[in-house]
Amino acid sequence: MATSLDIRLKRANKVYHEGEVLSGVVVVNTKETVQHQGISLTMEGTVNLQLSSKSVGVFEAFYNSVKPIQLINSNIEVVKAGKVPSGKTEIPFEFPLHVKGNKVLYETYHGVFVNIQYTLRCDMKRSLLAKDLNKTCEFIVHSMPQKGKQAPTPVVFSISPETLQNVKERTTLPRFMIRGRLHSTNCIITQPLTGELVVEHSEVPIKSIELQLVRVETCGCAEGYARDATEIQNIQIAEGDVCHGLPIPIYMVFPRLFTCPTLETTNFKVEFEVNIVIVLQDDHLISENFPLKLCRV
Amino acid sequence: MIVKMASVHWHSQTRQYQLEKESLRLEAVPVEFGDYHPLKPITVTDSKTRRTGRKGSTSSSSSSSSSAPDPLSSILDGSDPLSVFAAAVTDPLSARISAGESGNRKQDKDDETVVGTDFEPWSGKRSEILARFTTTEKLSINLFIGSDKGKAPSPSSAVSEKVRTRLEELDDLEEGSQKEMLNLSQQDYVNRIEELNQNLKEAWASDQKVKALKIVIQCSKLLSDTTVIQFYPSKFVLITDILDTFGRLVYDRIWSMCSDTQLLPDSFSSDDVNDTARETCLNWFFKIASIRELIPRLYVEAAILKCNRFLSKMGIQETLPRLTAMIRGIGDPLVAVYARAYLCRVGMEVAPHIKESLNKNFFDLLTTFKQIHGDSVQNQLVMQSVEIPVYLTLYSPAIDWIMQCLAYRAPEALLTEMMERCRKLGNNALLLNSIMSAFRSEFIAARAMDFIMMIKESDEAGFPKHLLFISLGRSLACADPPENDRLTVLNEAWKVITKLRSQQDYINCAETWVEYTCRHFTKREVNTVLADIIKHMTPDRAFEDAYPQLQSVIRKILMYFHDFSVLFSMERFLPFLDMFQRDSIRVNVCQAIMEVFIRHQQEPTRDPVILNALMHVCKTMHDSVNALTLDDEKRSIAGLINGFIRMVSFGRDFEQQLSFCVEARATFCNLETVLSQLIHSVNQLAMATHRVVKGSHSRKTAAFVRACAAYCFITIPSLTGIFNRLVLYLHSGQIALTNNCLSQADAFFKAAISLLPDVPRLVLVEGKLRPSEGFLIEFLQNFLSTLLVVPDHPEQGVLFLVRGLLNIVQDYNWEDTNDAKLRIYISALPLLAAMSQDNFLYRINKVESNETLYGGDPKFVAEINKLCDTLIDQILDHLKNLGKDEAFQRQSSIAIMLLNTILTHGDLRNNRLNQMVVNLWNLAQKYGYADTRAMVRLPLFSPHAMCVL
Repeated sequence: MATSLDIRLKRANKVYHEGEVLSGVVVVNTKETVQHQGISLTMEGTVNLQLSSKSVGVFEAFYNSVKPIQLINSNIEVVKAGKVPSGKTEIPFEFPLHVKGNKVLYETYHGVFVNIQYTLRCDMKRSLLAKDLNKTCEFIVHSMPQKGKQAPTPVVFSISPETLQNVKERTTLPRFMIRGRLHSTNCIITQPLTGELVVEHSEVPIKSIELQLVRVETCGCAEGYARDATEIQNIQIAEGDVCHGLPIPIYMVFPRLFTCPTLETTNFKVEFEVNIVIVLQDDHLISENFPLKLCRV
Repeated sequence: MIVKMASVHWHSQTRQYQLEKESLRLEAVPVEFGDYHPLKPITVTDSKTRRTGRKGSTSSSSSSSSSAPDPLSSILDGSDPLSVFAAAVTDPLSARISAGESGNRKQDKDDETVVGTDFEPWSGKRSEILARFTTTEKLSINLFIGSDKGKAPSPSSAVSEKVRTRLEELDDLEEGSQKEMLNLSQQDYVNRIEELNQNLKEAWASDQKVKALKIVIQCSKLLSDTTVIQFYPSKFVLITDILDTFGRLVYDRIWSMCSDTQLLPDSFSSDDVNDTARETCLNWFFKIASIRELIPRLYVEAAILKCNRFLSKMGIQETLPRLTAMIRGIGDPLVAVYARAYLCRVGMEVAPHIKESLNKNFFDLLTTFKQIHGDSVQNQLVMQSVEIPVYLTLYSPAIDWIMQCLAYRAPEALLTEMMERCRKLGNNALLLNSIMSAFRSEFIAARAMDFIMMIKESDEAGFPKHLLFISLGRSLACADPPENDRLTVLNEAWKVITKLRSQQDYINCAETWVEYTCRHFTKREVNTVLADIIKHMTPDRAFEDAYPQLQSVIRKILMYFHDFSVLFSMERFLPFLDMFQRDSIRVNVCQAIMEVFIRHQQEPTRDPVILNALMHVCKTMHDSVNALTLDDEKRSIAGLINGFIRMVSFGRDFEQQLSFCVEARATFCNLETVLSQLIHSVNQLAMATHRVVKGSHSRKTAAFVRACAAYCFITIPSLTGIFNRLVLYLHSGQIALTNNCLSQADAFFKAAISLLPDVPRLVLVEGKLRPSEGFLIEFLQNFLSTLLVVPDHPEQGVLFLVRGLLNIVQDYNWEDTNDAKLRIYISALPLLAAMSQDNFLYRINKVESNETLYGGDPKFVAEINKLCDTLIDQILDHLKNLGKDEAFQRQSSIAIMLLNTILTHGDLRNNRLNQMVVNLWNLAQKYGYADTRAMVRLPLFSPHAMCVL
């Protein structure tokens, strides 16, 4: 193929906010002059919901909720029908990011059952003989900063055999005591989750301590819903039999794209939790769960 | 020589040498005090008043001191460029590191907080660690199978896809696709790691960034594995090399992205970085932040620590403490301490001014120190059957490094605080050792007694004590403890050292403490120490295993004792030398001794102690030379022996000196260079005698110089180099002549002449075969001019030596293609012309040369002229032959040469000669090959030439 299309956005990180203007260039690379019936740009934003296979039977009826939700869809013409000369042609464009009606632009999010994605598509319509050309590029939307200051909500925790739930035989458990705190469960998405924990004592040496970041996605509507928790990432903060009595830092960066500010709508919900997982050398696994609230400021 | 019909009647020009000399001499103008003269020493006595007189000509140098600096020595004053270069290329791996470091350093040059050259760089430690921590156990390596999924993703895919595939790959790698390589030997392991390093570079070069990151993560993961714990420090070194490579690659790439328009200055701030570069940099950090395991995440982030500069000004300052705290999560104390060492290293390279995190690292280290004696570690040691002392030494490199970073330019108070903290931990020997090796030696030296006490009190079971003494000894060798403590320190330390059970430990300690003894005490104490070493090392021939240490003992003694009379008066020094019983090492030691002697002996010596001892040393070196010895080796040994010979002088006792030379000849008969040197020395001796008697020998001195000549005469034939022999014959002949030993001189010259036919056409010069002609012509011309003053032997014919020489030249097997023979003939003409003068150009005092023997006898002159005619005939014949062979260029140049000679030395009033000059001129120009420059230079305008043309 002698002709190729490309979209280049001005911002290197491709991050835009509602009301801003996407600017950039459409690049046409061709060996010979191309005749076309107009080049246009389409902006599209959708929420894709998917039901987990285990719950698909139950929710087949609610096909309604599985249908993608369109957030934005607009179109502009960049060039009228005509010719593009051979060589590299750059056509600059500006495309405002505006929502129609009272719709809200959710932040870009790539999850398992919920996907919020924004794309910019460029189409070059051509005569019947030649195939139309198109090119898609994703851009990232960050929701507007939440208003009002979120007060940090520190959490102090201590984990010992007594505090555990879901234990069958509490007596066979080795003795241990782990104290710690999270500086806040109200997290700013651009800032890491921080805190520290101290292994006060442990009968069985510790093998590993991990932070597990979990997404909890809920799809459904008034009639019913499916709630699934899946792991995003697992970060080890201690390996081996760590020194007792010494605070070990808790530190985790929230991955981009895979996290977004905690989201709650009528059709779906995206929430996050963190588990502190302590693995003992005898493979006992102790886990403590903390729901998080992410926001962008 | 066959005398043919004389075609030219040669008459030499009559010369009045004295008059010519006066007429040709430049007029001498006395130099006024203030006048400029380039050879006058520069003085600044009164530059202010004189400056106007001298103008600018010396104003630049007038500021320099009166002793003009020697440009050569000033160049060598700084670091020798060669050695700097050599240091930089120790081996490719470390060279790379040091290159990286120097690069970093260059970029921080403007900071006043830069790491100075007094900070021992990591590259120095690196090889030491690799050599020290080795293992014979089998190692294993965990690797992913080299899947090529990490190919550059097609550019069309959206960001999310790209990210997803990359993350999938990372997961992929963490989950199943691992391969364990078992049973690797240490060398295999090292090769494997080096291969990974190559893979990393290749992957990076081919734009497979994900694969590169994978490799780095895999490698740093190996650092959490402590099986085969003795090898851990070396493993750390190998893997951090890879991390360094990676860190540099990432930094350079982002750097290059910044500089699309103009290059970023070294001191750029994060504001100068463009969006693309910043985004790429952020991507790296996000990617690394999502690495699952603690240790790889820590190491990889530390490796690209420098990239924080692209993001924010405070980035490094904020990251370092966080990473420091992160290390607390590492349970294994050995793994943790090495992680700290790496972090300190990177921190020192990137931001040496940030000291807090260094301190924090150290305090965390102290807090976690109890871990070493914890159950997990003990169990592990039992499993691997490693003993505690061995285990503890594994910590040294890392702790040393941390301490070094910490102590670098640290205030005294901090050091004291550190020491106190260590003391609180119960004089932990491991820490003590690191303190002693890392802190400034002045600091240690000032508290030497405290340290000795602390060492004594430290725990017996743990860290080996002799290592503590080695570290202390090293510090004390470079700094001075308080005057009063010095002897006590030595006594206390030696008391412990002498009781060490293992001979290896003992000699290692003794080696460092010898330096302390040499530095602060006299030969008496050193002698005692040597005696103790001999006592310890002789049983069971223990010295055989300790040659390197013993050599170093010698080196250290030589460093401090330059006075050889003191050195050899130590009773134990020579017995100590006797311990070196392996030949190669013995020779090495001898060479070291001689080098020091030659460098530091200022005045010639006749001290029998020194002479005896050094003669013994030199003989040892000489005797090591055999057929297999390399030329270089021979040359260096000969050089050292020559240096020694030159340093021997018995003052006015010339006979003693001669007998020394005789002895030396007998001792060093295998080294040609030494023999030549001896001949020169003896010749010098003859000339010294000549000076003493002011030219008029008494019977006794005459006999002595004849003995000298005899010495030379019988020594020269034992040399193999033919030119060497020729030159020495000539030289000795000249000296014999000067000393009025006529028959000896004749013998030398005859010997030289009879040696001439043996000169080969090609000689070996610096390993290449070269035609000998150049040397030969030069030698013969020198010889010819000597012959002017050699008087004829009364029993031989007139000009016996000259004729003999010319006959040999005629019969010599010359190369056909050039005219060497002719050149010699032509050079003989001036000699003959000079001989026919009434007064010779030069003469030797008290030697009656031909000028007085014949007194310008016409028969003598006729004889000379006949000889000249023959020579010219030969030359003309040759010219004719050249004409036949159509070698016109050669013909022309010879014609010019002859013309030149005739014009200068012939008497042109003679018609035949006159005619020939004209013919030669025409011949030279005939075929247009005449070299115009040579023609112009002809002395055509000398008064007697004017009348010809």
